[in-house]
Amino acid sequence: MNKQRLFLFIPLVIFAILAVLFWRGLSLNPNDMPSALLNKPVPVFELPILPAPENPDGLVTANPELFKGKVSLVNVWATWCVTCRQEHEFLNKLRSQGVTIYGINYKDNDEDAQRWLAELHNPYVFSIVDADGRLGLNLGVFGAPETYLVDKAGVIRYKHIGDVNEKNWNETIKPIYESLK
Amino acid sequence: MHKILIKAFAAFSLLFTVQISFAAIDVHEFKNETNRQRYQSFIDEMRCPKCQNQNLSGSDSPIAMDLRNELYLMIEAGKSDQEIVSFMVERYGEFILYRPRLSPATLLLWATPVLLLVFGALLLLLIVRKRRRIAEEADAGLSQQERARLDALLNDKSVHSSDKNKQEKNK
Repeated sequence: MNKQRLFLFIPLVIFAILAVLFWRGLSLNPNDMPSALLNKPVPVFELPILPAPENPDGLVTANPELFKGKVSLVNVWATWCVTCRQEHEFLNKLRSQGVTIYGINYKDNDEDAQRWLAELHNPYVFSIVDADGRLGLNLGVFGAPETYLVDKAGVIRYKHIGDVNEKNWNETIKPIYESLK
Repeated sequence: MHKILIKAFAAFSLLFTVQISFAAIDVHEFKNETNRQRYQSFIDEMRCPKCQNQNLSGSDSPIAMDLRNELYLMIEAGKSDQEIVSFMVERYGEFILYRPRLSPATLLLWATPVLLLVFGALLLLLIVRKRRRIAEEADAGLSQQERARLDALLNDKSVHSSDKNKQEKNK
């Protein structure tokens, strides 16, 4: 009889297991997608650089070699992207603090992009023109803005989806950035 | 009345005719029918990275368009299924596959249905066996007393039937 009684606890046990699973599962952020390229070098590319007065002299094409030597942020942006406009001011601020930022002008129009940089200030060392989105595809970009943290060896160490702002910079990105320096 | 019912049923059954809606209509020319089918199955089974819970065929987002185009190019270039899947996973992670590959991380996911089936079958077997044992005990377990009573009853029955015969003769 006692043994039979124990079976009455089966629903309770099942409930407890499900509760633990849901507790864990529902507290995960579904938008949290680690980059598949994490800890891998920036994929190979050879693309033109968006002409801008702030560009390093004589540089017209970019390749992954240029990312080496310094810890940097690689920011995917476009003029059609509303959040990028919001993010831009903070990128300017980071640049003024001495953070190296490279831009990838993703599926955009050169003239619009140049006007944007002239109007809103250019926080990028240079911006790579990725007109057809091939580089974006190879990086696993699925929207703008996205920002990659690249270490001195040109290896991707972190991927941030959405805008970089004061909060997530201080809480998440900056500690990794500092640790790579 | 009858006609109205038929019409209502027809209207109701229409609800079930469209199962998958293809939001995206791309114009692609395929070399052959196999390529077209492979393309279709890829865009149905791959997930749009931007819009959660939509597959590539169902999404209108720019990235889904790009990925569909990429799939088209790879298929027409004669890449194998495996090459295409690893190309996508390298860039977008396992996330993109609605049909996850078998790996240590997904082993539990794949094995759970089989494990549950085995568990259920074992449980069923145990229950059936237990019931059978109870039934057998009930069948075979006639005590001495019960047997004596049964015999008595059987004998009694023969008496009854002979009574009946007598009665019929008396008529």
